[in-house]
Amino acid sequence: MRRFRDLPIKHKLTLLVVLTSASALIVASAAFLFFDIRDSYDDMVRNTSTQAKIIGYNSAATILFFDPQTATQTLSALSTEPDIMAAGIYDRAGKLFASYTSAASTRSATTSLPAVLTAPTDGHRFKKGYLELSQKIVFEKRTIGAIVIQTSTEAMRKRVLQYVAIALLVLIASTAGSILVSLRLQRRISQPILELVATAKSVSRQNEAPVSTGAESRDEVGLLVKTFHEMLARIQVQSEELREANEELENRVLERTTQLEAANKELEAFSYSVSHDLRAPLRSIDGFSQALFEDQGDKLDEQGRSDLQRVRAATQRMARLIDDLLNLSRVSRSEMRRESVDLSALVKNIAAELQAGEPDRQVALAVADGLRSQGDPRLLRVLLENLLRNAWKFTGKHATAKIEFGTMHNNGRPIYYVRDDGAGFDMAYAGKLFGAFQRLHAMTEFHGTGIGLATVQRIVHRHGGRVWAEGKVDHGATFYFTL
Amino acid sequence: MSDKVILLVEDNPDDEELTLRALKKNNIQNDVIVARDGVQALDYLFGTGIYAGRDASRLPSVTLLDLKLPKIDGLEVLKRIREHELTKLLPVVILTSSKEEQDLIKGYALGANSYIRKPVDFSQFIEAVRQLGLYWLLLNESAPVEHR
Repeated sequence: MRRFRDLPIKHKLTLLVVLTSASALIVASAAFLFFDIRDSYDDMVRNTSTQAKIIGYNSAATILFFDPQTATQTLSALSTEPDIMAAGIYDRAGKLFASYTSAASTRSATTSLPAVLTAPTDGHRFKKGYLELSQKIVFEKRTIGAIVIQTSTEAMRKRVLQYVAIALLVLIASTAGSILVSLRLQRRISQPILELVATAKSVSRQNEAPVSTGAESRDEVGLLVKTFHEMLARIQVQSEELREANEELENRVLERTTQLEAANKELEAFSYSVSHDLRAPLRSIDGFSQALFEDQGDKLDEQGRSDLQRVRAATQRMARLIDDLLNLSRVSRSEMRRESVDLSALVKNIAAELQAGEPDRQVALAVADGLRSQGDPRLLRVLLENLLRNAWKFTGKHATAKIEFGTMHNNGRPIYYVRDDGAGFDMAYAGKLFGAFQRLHAMTEFHGTGIGLATVQRIVHRHGGRVWAEGKVDHGATFYFTL
Repeated sequence: MSDKVILLVEDNPDDEELTLRALKKNNIQNDVIVARDGVQALDYLFGTGIYAGRDASRLPSVTLLDLKLPKIDGLEVLKRIREHELTKLLPVVILTSSKEEQDLIKGYALGANSYIRKPVDFSQFIEAVRQLGLYWLLLNESAPVEHR
C-alpha cells in the first residue's frame, strides 16, 4: 500500500476530510450507544427490582403461612411482563417455595431457576441472554425468604443491534456526503497547486515561457502561485539577459580571435620580411666593405682599415641581433606540442655540444638524473640551451667552473634550476634580467645580444610556468623555472 | 672556357654584384645569365618573352634561385620548372636570406636540389659560393637532356 506521504494532494485532502468526519461520527455514536445501553440496563434492573419488591411484599404472608399455592398465583401475575422468563420464591432455608416460568421459556427451556438458594441476598447478575435478580423478602425487619427473577435481555440486544445498524448507516451516509463535499472543496486547493506543478514541469522540460492565468485566489496557495509566476518571469528575464551577455561575449571572442589571427599573420609577414629584407642591406654593407678592403686596402692607412673592420663587426652583430629577434618571435608564435621530455638527457646533450665547442674549458657538470616534464621538446631545448649557454659563458673567466642542473619541490610542483659559480649578478638588477636587449655586463666583458633570457621567459610563460633568478656578483647565479 | 652556364635569379643588384664577385673570387668563369624577376627566369628557361628564339634545350648547369622576387616569386618559379618536361631535372639551388622553416620545407617539397642561406659575413658567402661551384659545376653530373 502506498504511504500517505506519496499520495497525490487531492487524495490527501479528500482523505483528510473523510477521516476527520468519520472519526468524529464514530466517537459520537460510540458515546451515544454506550450511555444509552447503560441507561437501558439500569432501567431493566430497576423495573425487575420493582417487580421483585412488589411480589416479595405480596408473598411474605404465603411464606409465613406456608401457602405455596397462593404464592404461585401471585407469581403467575408476572405473565403480563413478556420479558420475564422465570421467577421463584425461596423460603428462609433457601428451598424453592413457588415458581413461575413463562410460556415461551417453557417451550424453549432456555433457563432454569436454581433449586436451592445458599443465602438470600439483594443483587443482580447478567448471565447469557438474561438478567438474574434476587431480592430478600423481609417481614417485620426479619428476612423470611427471597425472590429470584430472570428477565430476558433479548429485547435489549435487538435494540443495541438496531442502534449499531443506525450508527453504521449514518456513518456511511455522512462519509459519502463528506466525500462529495471534499471532492468539490479540495479542487479549490489542489487545482492551483496541480497547475503550478504542470507549469513547473513544462518550464523545466521545454524552457517555455509560463503564462499566468491571473485568476489566483487570495489565500496562501494563491500567493504561492503568484509568487511562483513572478519568480519565473524574473528567471526568464535573467536568462534572456544571460543569453544576450553570452552572445555578446561570444561575438567579442570571435572578434578578438579574428583580430588576433590578423595580428599573428601580420607578425608572421613582418618577421618574414625582417628575416629577408633586413639582412640584405647588411650583406651589402659587409660585402662591399670587404670588397673595398680587398680592392682599395693598400690606399687606406691603419686607421682606415681598422674602421672598415669595425663596420664589418657591427654588421655581424646586427645580423646576430636579427637572428635572435627572429628566434624570440618564433618562440612566441610556434605551435605548442605537449609531450613527456627528458630534461636531464637534454641538458647532458647541450653540455656535450658546449664542451665540444670549447674543449679546453674545465667545467664540472652535475646533472640530476631522470628529470622529466610535459612540454614542447623544441621549445624546452631552446630554453635549456639559453640557460646553459649563459652559465657556460659567465663561468668563462674562471679556470674551473661548476654547472648544476637539478630540481626542488614546492607544494609537490617541481622547480628546476640551472646553477653556476660564474660572474653572477647584482640582485638589485634582477628585475631587468628577463627584458629583451637588457644586459647586465659590458659588451667587452661578455658577448651577447640580451635576448636569451627574454626567450627563456617567453618559453616558460608559454608552458604556464614561472622563471626567476638569484645571484651575487662573482659568486654565481641560479636560474629557477617551473613548467 | 666552359659552355656550362649559370642562371642567377636575383632582383637585388647588390646581391647580384656580390654573387658575381664571389664567383670571380673563386675563379668560376662560367657565363652567368642574370634574371631579375621570376618572369625573366622562366622566359630564359623556356625561350619565351625577351628570350624568344633561344634554344630551350640548352639548359644551364645550375640555377641559383632567390625566393623573394618581383612578379613571380621563387617558389612559383621552382614549381613551374618542375612541372615542365624540359626542365624538371634542372639542378636548382635556392639561395636566399630566409631561414624560415616553411620556406625550407616548401622549397624541398617542390624539388629544390639544395637550400643555402646567404650569410651576412661576406667571407662566409665566398666560401659558400666556392663549394657550390665546386659541387654543381665540377662534381655533379647533370641528367642528360633529351633533344627533340
